[in-house]
Amino acid sequence: MTTGKVKGIIANLVTVVVDGPVAQNEICYISVGKTKLMAEVIKVGGENVYVQVFESTRGLKVGDLVEFTGHMLEVTLGPGLLSRNYDGLQNDLDKLTGVFLQRGEYNFPLDKDKLWKFEPIAKVGDKVAAAAWLGEVDENHQPHKIMVPFVFEGEYTVKEIAKAGEYKIEDTMAVLVDAEGKEHKVTMVQKWPVKKAILAYKSKPRPFKLLETGVRTIDTANPICEGGTGFIPGPFGTGKTVLQHAISKQAEADIVIIAACGERANEVVETFTEFPELEDPHTGRKLMERTIIIANTSNMPVASREASVYTSMTIAEYYRSMGLRVLLMADSTSRWAQALREMSNRMEELPGQDAFPMDLSAIIGAFYARAGYVYLNNGATGSVTFLGTVSPAGGNLKEPVTEGTKKVARCFYALEQARADRKRYPAVNPIDSYSKYIEYPEFEEYISKLIDDQWLGKVNDMKTYLQRGKDIQEQINILGDDGVPVDYHEEFWKSEVIDFVILQQDAFDKIDAVCPLERQRYMLDIVMDICKHDYDFDNFLEVSDYFKRIINLCKQMNYCEFHSEDFEKYQTKLNELLAERQIKA
Amino acid sequence: MAKAFQKIYTQITAITKATCSLKAQGVGNDELATVNGKLAQVVKIMGDEITLQVFQGTEGIPTNAEVVFLGKAPTLKVSEKLAGRFFNAYGDPIDGGPKIEGKEIEIGGPSVNPVRRKQPSELIATGIAGIDLNNTLVSGQKIPFFADPDQPYNQVMANVALRAQVDKIILGGMGLTNDDYLYFKNVFANAGVLDRIVSFVNTTENPAVERLLIPDMALAAAEYFAVEKHEKVLVLLTDMTLYADALAIVSNRMDQIPSKDSMPGSLYSDLAKIYEKAVQFPEEAGGGSITIIAVTTLSGGDITHAIPDNTGYITEGQLYLRRDSDIGKVIVDPFRSLSRLKQLVAGKKTREDHPQVMNAAVRLYADAANAKTKLENGFDLTDYDERCLKFAKEYSDKILAIDVNINTVEMLDIAWSLFAKYFKPEEANIKQALIDTYWPKEK
Repeated sequence: MTTGKVKGIIANLVTVVVDGPVAQNEICYISVGKTKLMAEVIKVGGENVYVQVFESTRGLKVGDLVEFTGHMLEVTLGPGLLSRNYDGLQNDLDKLTGVFLQRGEYNFPLDKDKLWKFEPIAKVGDKVAAAAWLGEVDENHQPHKIMVPFVFEGEYTVKEIAKAGEYKIEDTMAVLVDAEGKEHKVTMVQKWPVKKAILAYKSKPRPFKLLETGVRTIDTANPICEGGTGFIPGPFGTGKTVLQHAISKQAEADIVIIAACGERANEVVETFTEFPELEDPHTGRKLMERTIIIANTSNMPVASREASVYTSMTIAEYYRSMGLRVLLMADSTSRWAQALREMSNRMEELPGQDAFPMDLSAIIGAFYARAGYVYLNNGATGSVTFLGTVSPAGGNLKEPVTEGTKKVARCFYALEQARADRKRYPAVNPIDSYSKYIEYPEFEEYISKLIDDQWLGKVNDMKTYLQRGKDIQEQINILGDDGVPVDYHEEFWKSEVIDFVILQQDAFDKIDAVCPLERQRYMLDIVMDICKHDYDFDNFLEVSDYFKRIINLCKQMNYCEFHSEDFEKYQTKLNELLAERQIKA
Repeated sequence: MAKAFQKIYTQITAITKATCSLKAQGVGNDELATVNGKLAQVVKIMGDEITLQVFQGTEGIPTNAEVVFLGKAPTLKVSEKLAGRFFNAYGDPIDGGPKIEGKEIEIGGPSVNPVRRKQPSELIATGIAGIDLNNTLVSGQKIPFFADPDQPYNQVMANVALRAQVDKIILGGMGLTNDDYLYFKNVFANAGVLDRIVSFVNTTENPAVERLLIPDMALAAAEYFAVEKHEKVLVLLTDMTLYADALAIVSNRMDQIPSKDSMPGSLYSDLAKIYEKAVQFPEEAGGGSITIIAVTTLSGGDITHAIPDNTGYITEGQLYLRRDSDIGKVIVDPFRSLSRLKQLVAGKKTREDHPQVMNAAVRLYADAANAKTKLENGFDLTDYDERCLKFAKEYSDKILAIDVNINTVEMLDIAWSLFAKYFKPEEANIKQALIDTYWPKEK
């Protein structure tokens, strides 16, 4: 292997003189006394190789030994990833002993001694290629497929396959023979370089399948698809965390991966403390069973912060290859971009806007592109749905990270300070937010079959009412309550009904927190029916009073078990109230 | 002083206002050196060319200055004896007392493993109702005052230091005016609390670059007391804007490309490294804690500037001061201030009615603000508006003013008495069960 000597140091950027070939993004270890610090090649210039060190470089000297590994930054993939807390380089944080993170302390991310119950899928004589399913183990109730390693190129024949039984991850599960007759042993563990997308699937269609989250303002107003991408800006105190928890808890995903990237440690502690307590509404067990947390807080080394989002994405792609639905949430992608900025700055690259690297938007684009819905080679499907948050400087959405993200993410959930201040949760602005998937004919076809063919039309009408309500509110603010016709008040209050009944949702109420699609359809029908009618009012005071009563009854319905006795009772009351003033068409 | 085996270099090749360079071998990154007796730190190594950041500035440094490398990163000697003492940015006493003997620890050490942290859950009482009632502080929290330079933030900090029920208080003063330094010194001495206060001070009379050491010094001392002595430590950092300015100076001298507002591109990470030292340790690790209250001065109240903006994303809330012209006192602004961790203790470690009373009072105070706008625009006020205005004035005086010093039970009782004085129970909009228990009975 190539070795080298340290030549120069600025913060965590180290210049190394090498004696042999090195590759871009190759991993090396720098010896400082007895500890070895992991680093990654980020630039080569003549005999100088520039590496970014994932740790503090304190005490590093010129002449210190550097050993190159011949591979890029890799993650270890195999059963046992679920319910672990990793750092950005996939070190198991629970295995580190001290209170403080000691540099140079790396560990193996999986459990080598645990026995897994294996069931073979492939048979002797089968022709297989990378990512083909050889067998299956049960990982926290998820069917974890043991696959032909992604690095295997070409076609192989299964020569031996392990019988059903209990095995450790490093046992040989299969022996494959390549075209030249060479034998390859396959275990349950494989490695993959994080910065390369795993492409071992047949095709990647446009996402079209609704990913149900149980959050009305998402599913009804701006749905996200399985394998879709979205982003959320998170100004301080707008309920970003609550929304994220709601989505990760309720979304119809098999695996949830949380990448805490450069955020506050106390927030990560909140996730560590709360997730193990959260019940999984789909199974009744703990959500943590099917969750992986990758935590690289703001004070942890900046280079491993950059790596952490890739580590998370690679693990997500690994589970997608098993035919599972993965939800990946990264908080926040702005911190990741800042890590890129710091490194670009140290390398003295000419800066782009706001001193970010010139290729920032390309990097963001390439990363979002790794999400998606795929058809695997065996016909099964899998997906990685990606939701990132951005933390725009000064709340200004016209900055490079937000703009770069806007170009590639297909959904936008505009968390808004003003809504949060008025306690209208989730504080997602319905007019600024969007979902491009609504425009996809594939999605339209899917949703028509799933709900009904009127659905998208109704959603569109709903948005029109909201927009009109907002315009009228502005006019009322200028002209005063009696400066506009009574009709205007009626229009405005219809939009308030939509806001209170459909968009607002109580994440802390047991029933209202999760709203299944069938119920969303039912409530939207009720609300749109209210909106479509005309009403008989003498003055504007009557309007607000009347609609407040309507809102109250609808909200009570939201708080009741669907079609329960109470629910029906409130609905009867609502119908009576509507009959009072509705003008028959 | 140079020890026998240490090599002395005498050929400086380049000098800028904050750095100098020379050729030397066997030097470690971050290592300390002296340049004609002035302390310096290695910030860049390229082959045998070493760049040193000279903390006191490079004025008067000749090209043949004696450079000695000390073979270690900046350290602080820690022991119980730190208490009651004043130090400069290098950890040397400035109060005329003896040097501290004790364990030598490197400053700016590693971060706490996030899985070894505990979720903050202990109240830190300051006696200032604008903080304790509306923006409760929690041990392990980090929170800055966003203040204009003319606001009395140092006085508030001193008050907090005197009253906070913690074991140790570490003051990190960066660019304090000499007057403010003497103020802190006098206040602490007169209150007789010196034995639980440790101060690291860089005044405006000291070189700006020295400031860069202050937070790490203060937090190294804090970690000693929190980790080894299991103490509840409060760290006061004033003024972090001047710290960030010093970062910008050094990065500028090293020809780094500036990012937003001329700040170094690494500002977020640099600030996070400091603020994230705030921690609550679990019982297994002794149960100590480090809480950080900082000051970030604003220029013209602009919170979109890179320093307050990055700070806001790192810290858990922020506190604002404002002069209330109705009562002629400085108050903690109830609208813009926010403690993001308050729900972890409010009503849990304090009386059950705390969250509701807090919200009700702020809501009524907001109604008063609306009434005021109406008044200014020449509209008639309703009876409710009039009562809100009277409530707001008394609330401001008895609760929000920074000279208030009462415990949380008293704060809550005062709030209830004000509700009862000006409003009907249904106007307070508080849960009926609480009204039944706490609404003052008519005598």
